Amino acid sequence: MSWQSVIGLEIHAQLCTASKLFSGASTAYGAEPNTQASLVDVAMPGTLPVPNRAALDKAIAFGLAVNATIARHSVFARKNYFYSDLPKGYQISQYELPIVSAGALAVRLQNGRSIDVEIQRAHLEEDAGKSLHDAFHAATGLDFNRAGVPLLEIVSAPVLHSAQDAVAYLRTVHTLVRWLGICDGNMAEGSFRCDANVSVRRTGTQKLGTRTEIKNVNSFRFVEKAIEYEIERQIRALENGETLVQETRLYDAAAHRTLPMRSKEDADDYRYFPDPDLPPLAVTDADIAAVRAALPELPDARRKRYIEGLGLPDSDATQLCADKATADYFEAMLGALPGQAKTCANWVLGELAAALNAQNLAMESTRISAPMLAGLVARIADGTISGKTAKDVFAAMWAGEGDADAIVAARGLQQISDTGAITAAVDAVIAQFPMQLADYRTGNEKLLQFFVGQAMKRLRGQANPQQLNALLRDKLRSD
Amino acid sequence: MSIDAATVARIARLARLPLDAQAPPQTASELARVLDLVGQLAAAPLDGVEPMAHPHAQALAWRADTVTETDRADALLALAPDARAGLYAVPKVIG
Amino acid sequence: MASGIAQLAQDLRARKTTATQLALAALARARARADLNAFITLDENAALAAAQRAEAALAAGSAPVLTGIPFVHKDIFCTNGIRTTCASRMLENFVPPYDAAVVEKLSAGDAVPIGKANMDEFAMGSSNENSYFGAVRNPWDATRVPGGSSGGSAAAVASGIVPFATGTDTGGSVRQPAAFCGITGLKPTYGRVSRYGMIAYASSLDCAGVLARSAADCAQVLAALAGHDVRDATSVERMVDDYVAALSTTPQGIKIGVVREYFGAGVEAGVGAAVQAALRHYEKLGATLLDISLAHAALAIPAYYVIAPAEASSNLARYDGVRYGHRCADPQALEDLYTRSRGEGFGAEVKRRILVGTYALSAGYYDAYYLRAQRARRLIAHDFGEAFTQVDLIAGPTAPTVAFKLGEKTSDPLAMYAADVNTVAVNLAGLPAISIPAGFSDGLPVGLQLIAPAFAESRLLAAAHRFQLATDWHTREPPA
Ligand SMILES: [Mg+2]
Ligand SMILES: [Zn+2]
Repeated sequence: MSWQSVIGLEIHAQLCTASKLFSGASTAYGAEPNTQASLVDVAMPGTLPVPNRAALDKAIAFGLAVNATIARHSVFARKNYFYSDLPKGYQISQYELPIVSAGALAVRLQNGRSIDVEIQRAHLEEDAGKSLHDAFHAATGLDFNRAGVPLLEIVSAPVLHSAQDAVAYLRTVHTLVRWLGICDGNMAEGSFRCDANVSVRRTGTQKLGTRTEIKNVNSFRFVEKAIEYEIERQIRALENGETLVQETRLYDAAAHRTLPMRSKEDADDYRYFPDPDLPPLAVTDADIAAVRAALPELPDARRKRYIEGLGLPDSDATQLCADKATADYFEAMLGALPGQAKTCANWVLGELAAALNAQNLAMESTRISAPMLAGLVARIADGTISGKTAKDVFAAMWAGEGDADAIVAARGLQQISDTGAITAAVDAVIAQFPMQLADYRTGNEKLLQFFVGQAMKRLRGQANPQQLNALLRDKLRSD
Repeated sequence: MSIDAATVARIARLARLPLDAQAPPQTASELARVLDLVGQLAAAPLDGVEPMAHPHAQALAWRADTVTETDRADALLALAPDARAGLYAVPKVIG
Repeated sequence: MASGIAQLAQDLRARKTTATQLALAALARARARADLNAFITLDENAALAAAQRAEAALAAGSAPVLTGIPFVHKDIFCTNGIRTTCASRMLENFVPPYDAAVVEKLSAGDAVPIGKANMDEFAMGSSNENSYFGAVRNPWDATRVPGGSSGGSAAAVASGIVPFATGTDTGGSVRQPAAFCGITGLKPTYGRVSRYGMIAYASSLDCAGVLARSAADCAQVLAALAGHDVRDATSVERMVDDYVAALSTTPQGIKIGVVREYFGAGVEAGVGAAVQAALRHYEKLGATLLDISLAHAALAIPAYYVIAPAEASSNLARYDGVRYGHRCADPQALEDLYTRSRGEGFGAEVKRRILVGTYALSAGYYDAYYLRAQRARRLIAHDFGEAFTQVDLIAGPTAPTVAFKLGEKTSDPLAMYAADVNTVAVNLAGLPAISIPAGFSDGLPVGLQLIAPAFAESRLLAAAHRFQLATDWHTREPPA
């Protein structure tokens, strides 16, 4: 009998605000410990939370992007539990009435199929501080710089059925939050984290099996491996007649396995109640309209426009829309080269992507701006340089030698389109290789390439290839 | 109403309060009396009444996203029973 | 009679005295009445520094009325650089790095704080016996309680040490000690005064208030304290009335609703009689008395003793021995650190309320306790709203009894809770209320409570002032 896995993800996206959710402390990453922990953040007696408008607007933007319901009335609630990195003894979160509910996100799977993943809710909450377990010999150190940083917790329905699909969904959310400019998506710095709820059931049955939650896995690859491992572990256990326990597990990447976390016996009694320090959030139609007006064109819409409007192949459109910086780069190029969408896409996804990849750079850190790359492509189009030469110019541009025109001029790379010079070279080559000429004329047409090569050599590779070909054919035939 | 020792222990554990060896019976009976008092709510006709969490029908006011706080680590860490190397310290937490 | 604020302000401007002299005299009286145990901290240096600033301001000519007036803060308001204990071992050595909004407001006007007043631990109590620093005694009878939780503030004012004190009122903690000590205690509308820097007990009920000898003095202090504060999201953005000017508006034909339920079985005869006599006096002054009923009054105590502990259980979770406050010796592990630090740091009543509140919020009990209490709260608030369609003010005894004996109710939490029977509903509804001296029973002061609609502090103060112009109960002083 076969098994179906059922996966739901809880994603914590750190909203990129300058200040914290409930205090005016900075959220900048990497500061010295506790230098960005204000009175509110360390829960000084008497301090009170004051919410950050930008975090609300970013949450609304996400809700609109996934066609969700934006609550006109929502509530901040306290989630009560004791932990060393939780200064107040409670986390301000949302419980019964989250700001975003009932959304959906179209996710393209690896097989090209597309599924709609239901997003049950997305709510605002504050982050906890950081425990440094290796700071001291017998003590744990606590840094509250991260305490109070705004998070959007995005909760999917348990509708994913493989580790690959789960990661495809995770990537789609990752693209979306970065696209919207609400989260920098930096997984290494913890700005985008994911917990996975995993269960399995007999294929064809409806009832969900006992689920486990895998906590805070910090890369797409590890999410996939952790879920895969957990699915296999659960199936193996059930097939051995064991009973699964609902528990939280951690992924050990080195050993490639999940392990149960030390259980907190009271972990499920958080005693949520409305935060008496914070009246309910009222969101008006005008608030929502203002956020909507500022929304960028969404990745899915743009992908469709590239396919239907610009005639790009699906794969090009999908790759260009993998992140907004890439898509925007492409559009900026296209603005300078109207009608040359495919050529622009080829350069962005080909030469440029390869250069960025080689140095592990994001599009934001490209060394060649869109106008510069457009300038290079324009020189190919107008015949100044050949496509082959263009690759050398690209490399020089990447190395910082200036724009295409400057490099072509400095290196003398202009293509020779002067008929006189080409004719002279062709004549010289024909004169030099009489035997090959005779051969060609008796029907060995493959020798055309030999003559092209010899002539190009004389012209130091700079001849316009179309012109050279045409002239050679002509001369080889007649005479 | 009565409240059993196990419940008292569970609540005390949630609240991170100690229960001395002799305390539970007394704590339990005291709690039971208080719960009897507040249990008067059970008999009141409250079904269908909208719960009220705040005294005024007031909407949340928001602040603009600006950094207004400066580094006060030294002053704040000085209040801590155990602070070292710029960190608050607690007994080793495992996992 | 000990001078009121207006008289002292006049004396300062007439150079009959100086702020330093007033501060030193207040400190001397405080030390002379150490028997009351009204103070947790006296800070002569801070007082004298403030007095000097006040003198400079007075010399410059444009000083507000509170400039140079000595007073005391309840030890629940954070004072930058001055120990703030909340009467708890947990915060025995806590020196806040910032000032509460209320502290800032009074400092800005150069009023002169002489110290921090004793109180019930974390404001949980009605007798001031729940203080780590010992009980406060009632100036009228040293064997009796001053009321709580602002008992130190009330005793300091009633004994003439200072003309006014700050207090907080979560379920009656300003009004009930004012009644027990024979002074005037004002609880403003929830949100009228910022809670920033006021150590939280129950956030949706907590309210900063004023204890003074008269409604006129309360008006002066409220004028200094009231206003919106962006640091408190529950503080209300709304124009502040001119409370002092409002005092001289004579309320004509005012309708006072006398609450039937506030004269229930637990009310002592002498208390009821004094309050009825005071109300008849209002009639003589032109008020109309209406017998009214607050149908859900009986739900107020149970609702309060769910909501307040529930919020407290969460508000007091921050006291964990990690970032400030008491830490147990040699903690073996994190859980040991939490449990022992909290066990040692909190007193019995605080622990009891944390346990009740934790229980009321815990899985399986939330609906039956917390949610039902919130529903009852709605009905209680609604009753007031209905009543205020017929009357301008609502009246009754502030407390059912006069000040009781020290130790009389300490072993019975329920008897103690009953002391709040007439005051807690006001906090549940977020309304302003005042307790004014209304006479005596067995030689002990009796308080009359007046309640007004939200933000009608002016009406409340004017009505109280009118009574105090015509009577002299508020001028009576306890034996020295
Ligand atoms: Mg979660
Ligand atoms: Zn979360």
